[in-house]
Amino acid sequence: MGAVTRNHTPIFLSLILLLLPAALAISPENVEGYNINGRVKFTGSITGSGLPPKISNVKVLLNGGQRVTFLRPDGYFSFHNVPAGTHLIEVAAIGYFFSPVRVDVSARNPGKVQAALTENRRVLSELVLEPLREELYYEIREPFSIMSIVKSPMGLMVGFMVIVMFLMPKLVDAEEMKRAQEEMRNQGGTPSLANFLAGAQRTS
Amino acid sequence: MNMAIRVFLLLLIIFSSMYPTLCIYEDQVGHMDWHQQYIGKVKHAVFHTQKAARKRVVVSTEENVVASIDLRRGEIFWRHVLGPKDVIDALDIALGKYVITLSSEGTILRAWNLPDGQMMWETTLSGSTPSMSLLSIPTNLKIGKDDVVFVYGSGCLYAVASVDGEVIWKKELTSEGVHIQQLIYPDGTDIICAVGLAGLAQFDAYQINVKTGELLKHSSMVFPAGFSGDLSFITSDIAVTLDSTGSILVAVHFQDGEISFHQTHVSELGWDFSGPAVLLPTKLPGMFALEINKSIVFIKVTNEGKLEAVDKLGQSTAVSESLNLSEGQQAFGLIQRGDGKIILTVKLGNDWTSNLLQETIQMDHQRGNAHKVFINTYVRTDRSNGFRALIVMEDHSLFLLQQGEIVWSREDGLASITDVMASELPVEKDGVSVAKVEHNLFEWLKGHLLKLKGTLMIATPDDVVAIQKLRLQSSGKSKMTRDHNGFRKLLIVLTRAGKLFALHTGDGRIVWSLFLDSLRKSETCQNPRGLSLHQWQDPHHHVLDENPSVLVVGRCDHSTDSPGVLSVVDTYTGQERNHLGPRHSITRVIPLPFTDSAEQRLHLLLDVNRQAHLYPRTTEALDIFQRELGNIYWYSADVDKGILKGHAVQNNCILKIADSYCFNTRDLWSIILPSESEKIIATATRNLNEAVHTQAKVTSDQEVMYKYISKNLLFLATVAPKAVGPIGSVTPEESWLVVYVIDTVTGRILHRMTHHGSQGPVQAVFSENWVVYHYFNLKAHRYEMSVIEIYDQSRSDNKDILKLLLGKHNLTSPITAYSRPEVIAKSQSYFFMHSVKTLAVTSTAKGITSKQLLLGTIGDQVLALDKRFLDPRRTVNPTQAEKEEGIIPLTDSLPIIPQSYVTHALKVEGLRGIATVPAKLESTTLVFAYGVDLFFTRLAPSRTYDSLTEDFSYALLLITIAALVIAIFVTWIWSEKKELQEKWR
Repeated sequence: MGAVTRNHTPIFLSLILLLLPAALAISPENVEGYNINGRVKFTGSITGSGLPPKISNVKVLLNGGQRVTFLRPDGYFSFHNVPAGTHLIEVAAIGYFFSPVRVDVSARNPGKVQAALTENRRVLSELVLEPLREELYYEIREPFSIMSIVKSPMGLMVGFMVIVMFLMPKLVDAEEMKRAQEEMRNQGGTPSLANFLAGAQRTS
Repeated sequence: MNMAIRVFLLLLIIFSSMYPTLCIYEDQVGHMDWHQQYIGKVKHAVFHTQKAARKRVVVSTEENVVASIDLRRGEIFWRHVLGPKDVIDALDIALGKYVITLSSEGTILRAWNLPDGQMMWETTLSGSTPSMSLLSIPTNLKIGKDDVVFVYGSGCLYAVASVDGEVIWKKELTSEGVHIQQLIYPDGTDIICAVGLAGLAQFDAYQINVKTGELLKHSSMVFPAGFSGDLSFITSDIAVTLDSTGSILVAVHFQDGEISFHQTHVSELGWDFSGPAVLLPTKLPGMFALEINKSIVFIKVTNEGKLEAVDKLGQSTAVSESLNLSEGQQAFGLIQRGDGKIILTVKLGNDWTSNLLQETIQMDHQRGNAHKVFINTYVRTDRSNGFRALIVMEDHSLFLLQQGEIVWSREDGLASITDVMASELPVEKDGVSVAKVEHNLFEWLKGHLLKLKGTLMIATPDDVVAIQKLRLQSSGKSKMTRDHNGFRKLLIVLTRAGKLFALHTGDGRIVWSLFLDSLRKSETCQNPRGLSLHQWQDPHHHVLDENPSVLVVGRCDHSTDSPGVLSVVDTYTGQERNHLGPRHSITRVIPLPFTDSAEQRLHLLLDVNRQAHLYPRTTEALDIFQRELGNIYWYSADVDKGILKGHAVQNNCILKIADSYCFNTRDLWSIILPSESEKIIATATRNLNEAVHTQAKVTSDQEVMYKYISKNLLFLATVAPKAVGPIGSVTPEESWLVVYVIDTVTGRILHRMTHHGSQGPVQAVFSENWVVYHYFNLKAHRYEMSVIEIYDQSRSDNKDILKLLLGKHNLTSPITAYSRPEVIAKSQSYFFMHSVKTLAVTSTAKGITSKQLLLGTIGDQVLALDKRFLDPRRTVNPTQAEKEEGIIPLTDSLPIIPQSYVTHALKVEGLRGIATVPAKLESTTLVFAYGVDLFFTRLAPSRTYDSLTEDFSYALLLITIAALVIAIFVTWIWSEKKELQEKWR
C-alpha cells in the first residue's frame, strides 16, 4: 500500500522540427510597416484524448492583444502594417499550450526572419507555430479497481478491522496463544472478544 | 502493540494523501459553475433564410462580436470576438455562403464561412486618410470570373474578389477632401457611383467603371449656404440633405453627372414644423425621415422631386431598412412604443396609408424603447408574405417577433457589465417549508447509491445520465433563501445600458432586472451612463427586517464635470427606493467605514470642484461624520500631470444656498513625479472589506514576522513616457518601470523599486501586506510577475518572552500612520508565460485560508495560481525546515498547471474583470468572471477542509458501518463457538 499520486504531469509531446527552406515571413509593404506572415500547425503527434483542434476557434494575438487575427483554413495568419521593432505573438487555442513567440521586424534588412520561442528560446527558421503540449483541464477518472475501494476512507476502516481481527491473531505464536488460553482458563473468567483481542495485543 | 501502531500510522498516511485535488473531473462541469454566452448590442443584422435547412441571422455588435444566430431558438451557432480596437463598420453576406465584415475603420475586410464560422480570407486595405467605411455587395456582378465586393475605406474605393479576397482594383477618391457617403451600383450597369460631400458646401459624384476602376466622370457643385453634413439617399439618383441652419431641405439630383439642387423650406411641408431639423439615417424607398421637435416626420419624395410630409410619429419610433419583396416591391418595418406593449407595422414602400402587417406585442416596460429593427420576409402557405422582425431594445436585449409573438429573446445587455456587487438572499422564514424539496429517505439513498456507482466506475450509460441530472439540479442550489454555507447569493450587476440585473449564484438565472429611470435619456440628462455600485445598506444586526440595498452612481455625460445621478435600489425586490439628481458632478465615491443606526453606510462623494458631499443626507449621518472628521483621508492621482495628492476634509462649503452636507477639502501632501522620466500607468489599493486573520507570521526557525497591514497603502506604477505605447515601440535601454508603495495618509514612500528594461501594461493586485504585479520585461522579452511583501520591523523585538512577561512590549501601543514605520520590503520576480488581462485575488470570510491569485489570461481563461509561488522567501535550495513550512524551491518562471484553470475548458470571451466574494464557509470563495460571457464558480484555495466534498458517498459510509456491525456479530458468534469447543475439550 504505497502513497498514491495522481497524474498531474501534463503530457509533454515531442516537437517536430520542421526545417523547410526559410520562406519570407516578413515582407515590406509600404513605408509605414511590414507584414508578419505565419502559420499555426497542429502536428500529427498531437492527437490524443484532448479536444480536436478546431482552427476556426484559434486566435492569434500581437503584443498582448493589441491586434487580434484568426486563422485561415490552411492555418496561415498575417499581421499587416507592423512597425519595425521586437514584437510578441501569442496563440490562444483551448486545449493547447503555445509558447509566445518573439518576432523581430528589422527596418534595415527587410525580409529577415527573426523568430524565437520565449519559453525555451528555440529559434524558428520559419514562423510556424506548434503547440508545445496538449492541456488537459480535467482530472481523468481512474477506472474501477478494487484498490479504489480499499483506498477510500471506508475501505480503510474495513481493512483496518480485518487486519486487527484476522491477521493479528495469526501473528501471535501458537504456543503463546495456548499459554494465554491456559491462563484464561485458570482465571475462569468468561472469554469474550474483548479479552481475546487484549490478549493478542499484550503478546505482540 | 508496536505493530498495531505502525499499521495505523501507515493507514493514516494513506488516508491523508487521499484528499481530492483542486481540479475537477469532466462530469463535474456545471455542478457548481455556470457559463453564459452573450453577444452584446446588435448593430447590424443580415438574415439568411434562403435555404430550407438552417435559418439564421448574422449579426455584428458593439462588443465587436460577429455571430451567427439560430433564427428558431436564438442560440449561437458560432461567434467570434474581434480585438478591442477592431470595431465592425459593416456586415453583409456574399455568394450566399460568406459573411463579409469590414472593420478597423475600413481597413480590414474578412470573410467568414457561414455554416461554421471559419475565417476564409482576410484582406488589409491600406489607405492614408480616415474616412467613412462603406461596404456594397452587388448581387449579380462578375469581373472576369469573380464576384466582387466594393469597399470604400480610408479614402480609397476597392473592388475585392469575394471568393478569395484579392483586390482587383483600387481607386483613390480623396482629392479635394471629399468624404464619400454612399456607393450606388444600379444592377446590371457598368458604372458604380460614389457620392459624397467636400467641406460641407460641395456635392461630389464620381462615376467609376466597375471592371477597371477607371474614373469616368467626376462632377461637383457648390451649395453656397452649406450642408449640415449627412446625406440621405432616396433613389439611385436623388439624395436629400439639410442646409447648415437645419431649416431648408435640399434635394440633390445627380443623374448622369448632372447635379441640380431643389430647396424646400421645412415649414413649407405643412404640419407646423418649427425648430432645427435633424436628418435621420434611414434607407427607405422614396422616403426619408427627419427629427423635428422631438417627433419623427416621414417625408416622401415624389417623382417630380417634390417633398411631401406623410406622417409624424413619436420620437421613440424605430425604422428598419427597406426590404425587397418578390414583385419588385419594397417594404419596411416600424416599431412604436405603447404602454406595456410595442406595435410592429410593416408597410409597402410606395404606400404609406395601408399596412401589410400590424401586430401588437406585449413588452415589459423595463426594456425601454426599441432602438433598432430588422425585418425579414417569408412566404406563407397561402403564398402571401409573412414578416419576422428582429428588434434591439434600449437595454440591449434582442427579440425575434413573428406572427404577433415573441419567438425568442436574448438578454444581451449582460455582455457589457460595468460593475458587480454581491448581496445576501433573504433568511429562510419559519413558516416556509423547504422540506418538500428534499426527497424521502429511500429516494435520497437511491441517489447516493447511483453516485457511488459513478465513483466506482460501474455505472451504465443510463445511470451516468441520471447521475448528471441529479448533480445539476441537486440540493436546491437555486433556492431563493440564504444557505448555511453562504454559497447562494445574488450578484447585482450594472450594465452599460444602465440596467441593473440580479443573478442567482446557483444557476445564473435573472432574479429581477431594473431599468433605472435615472440612467435613461431624459431632458436633463442627455447621455447617461452608470459608473459603479456600492453597498448602501447591509443589515445584519439590529435592523434585520430591512432589506439590503445598493447605491448606483451614474453620470449624465462622458466628461467628469457632467452632473451625477444617484439611486438606491432594494436588492430583494429590485425596486428603486429613491433617487437623487442630476446634481453635482461625481469624480469619486469613497465608502466610509461608518454606518448609521439603520445600518446605512456613509459615503463621501467628491466632485470636480474638490468638494466632498456626504450621503445619506440625514442629521444622524452628519453627526457621525463630524465626530470622525479628523480620521478621513483619501488620495488622488493626476495621471496627466503626474501628481499624487493626499486630501482631508476641512470645513463646510460656502455656497449661495447653505448645504451642511457639503465640505471643502484641503491638500495634505503631494508627490510630484518627474514628467520627463515617469508616467503613471497603474495604481492598486487594498479592498476595504478584506479580512486579515493574523498579523504575525511564524517562520520555520521559530521567528515571528509581523505583516505591515494598513488600509491606507497604495501601489503605484510608472513607466518612462516613451514606453507608454505597446510592446515593440521602445527598446529596453530607454524603458523602465518604477513601482512605489505609498502610505496615503502621510504621503510617505515606504518602498520604491525600478525595473530597468521593463514596460507596461501593468496589472496589479494588493492584498494584506503584499502586492503582486504583472508587466513586460523587454530584455528577456517575456512577461514577468513580481511580488512585494511589507513587514513591520518595529514589532520584531517582541519575541522576548521575558519582556512580554514584564510588560515591556509595544504590542498595546496604538498603531498610527503618523509615526514613522520601520518597515522592510521583500521582493522577488518570476517569468510568466501569458499576457494578463486582469488580476484578482481570492477572498474568504475570515482570511484564514491561503490565497490564490486569479489571472485573466489573454486566451480569456481564468487561471488560479497559489500565492505560495509568489513568496519572496523562496530560495533555490530551501532548508528542510523551510520545506516543511511550505516554501517551494525557486524557479525562474511560474508554473501553469492546466488543471488549475478555474474556467476549465470554457472561455469567458472578452474577459474584462474578475470579482471574488467570500462565502460563509471559510474555505470557499465565490468567483465571478465577466466580459462578453459570464462565468461563475466556487473555489476552495486550500481545499474544502471544513466540509465534506460534494460527492462524498453517504451510501458507502452506511454500507461500511453495516458491514462492520455484521462483522462484529459474526466474529462474536464465531468466538463464542470456539470458546464452547475449547470448554468441551
